[in-house]
Amino acid sequence: MRGRGMRTAVFRLLVLVGLVAIWEAGTWAADNPFFPRPSTIVVRMHELWFSGPPTALFLTEGAVADILPSLGRMALGFAGGALGGVVLGLAVGLSARVYDYLDGVLQFLRAIPPPALVTVFLVLFGFGLRMQLAFIMFSIVWPVLLNTADGARSVEPLHLQTCQAFRLSRAERLFRVILPSALPKMFAGLRLALSLSLIVMVFSELLPGTTNGIGFQLTFAYQSFDLPAMWAGIVLLGVLGYLLNELFLVVERRVLAWHHAAQRLVG
Amino acid sequence: MLEIDNLSHVYGGGTPNEHHAIDGLNLSVAEGELLCIVGPSGCGKSTLLRSIAGLITPTGGQVKVEGNLVRQTPDNLAVVFQDYSRSLFPWMSVADNVALPLRRKNMDKSRRREAAQEALESVGLEAAGRKYPFQLSGGMQQRVAIARALAYRPTLMLMDEPFGSVDAQTREDLEDLVLKVRGHHQMTIVLITHDIDESVYVGDRVVVLSKAPAHVVGDLKVDLPGPRDQITTREHPDFVHLRAEVGRLVRGHATV
Repeated sequence: MRGRGMRTAVFRLLVLVGLVAIWEAGTWAADNPFFPRPSTIVVRMHELWFSGPPTALFLTEGAVADILPSLGRMALGFAGGALGGVVLGLAVGLSARVYDYLDGVLQFLRAIPPPALVTVFLVLFGFGLRMQLAFIMFSIVWPVLLNTADGARSVEPLHLQTCQAFRLSRAERLFRVILPSALPKMFAGLRLALSLSLIVMVFSELLPGTTNGIGFQLTFAYQSFDLPAMWAGIVLLGVLGYLLNELFLVVERRVLAWHHAAQRLVG
Repeated sequence: MLEIDNLSHVYGGGTPNEHHAIDGLNLSVAEGELLCIVGPSGCGKSTLLRSIAGLITPTGGQVKVEGNLVRQTPDNLAVVFQDYSRSLFPWMSVADNVALPLRRKNMDKSRRREAAQEALESVGLEAAGRKYPFQLSGGMQQRVAIARALAYRPTLMLMDEPFGSVDAQTREDLEDLVLKVRGHHQMTIVLITHDIDESVYVGDRVVVLSKAPAHVVGDLKVDLPGPRDQITTREHPDFVHLRAEVGRLVRGHATV
């Protein structure tokens, strides 16, 4: 088991190294300024963000100006949207009738690609942080809401009968039985929401009225023909997305340990 | 303790799928009695138990527990379901599962924990409190479910085919466990089973139900020398005679 895990990890690394090598060779052969070599991009990333003093964890002022605002927007937007999605999802999922009535409307709202609504948000909130946060929250609230509602609806009937047979209060039933039952599906929704929040965060930073963030840095680099810097931003986003997803999985494995263990047993 | 008067229940009344589960069932259980209800599969035994527990409202007749008409689950009643794996909460430790119903009893946290530990000891699982249900075998999980009911200190414990999903050896252990805890706690037990031997081995009295719609077709006092033992009791002439009689009653109404 362990040996196999190690081997997979080594192969993963080899695939990554191989692909980067092919990329390096391809860009070297093409010699097109629009496609700088990966090595150039890494050097540029280092210059831009990671060549700061040790006291600042090697982060440069540029990193503080670009990465922190982006992460801040994403964190606030994700927290707000996730909280709203969980609360509304539980409210919808608790009543079979409310769920049936609202299901169509919610699926409709979820189906609208958020960027299509960006003008609506600009009219409502104007340019700036408020609009960006509202936009991120609105975009991610639907997958969380729908998955939470679905999870709350699919509570094991015998668990509910057990609640009744042992005279648990409504609050106990909600927080100790329905909420934990909904957690696996809720986490599936939250994971979708996490990747979506990175996407809409960057999108919201491409809009006018932004003066910092990775999205802004991308536009700025492109407009000043600093193509390695633009690519540095793209790679940085990929790395951030990967790390955030890994972090999420660590949290999920902890919170849903009982679920995964029980699933393995059934399987 | 328990009075069932002319109980009837119809599922899906007025539809093509109308099903009469129980029809005109009368039964009374004395305080401290261990009553086994036995009947053919699908005869409405679980419907009867759910009516007593207040989990469903019967379409006719009434159930009284300690003189009070059952409209919702009565206080001082606890239930052990057949399907332990879906009755225990997998996200809670064993101790938390057992302690959860005690929140109703105005006990503080440490007293709840003590009571849960005590109940786990009485089912032989004193070391399993911090484990999770999925880490235990089926028989141990059902012990946890029994401990959860015991911790509540009910005056009436309902058991719905509690040993239907465990292997034969575990089943005998759990039968003896019920006899043991019954001696320690003052309570009335109604145990539903489709196993004829089990009903005679465990019960003070065996009530036989007809096939659906269920009504009582036999009511036998079990007068076996105690304490009961898996080997000697089962070879006792009275046991052999009683199980034959219960068997005839069950079969007679299962094949008609």
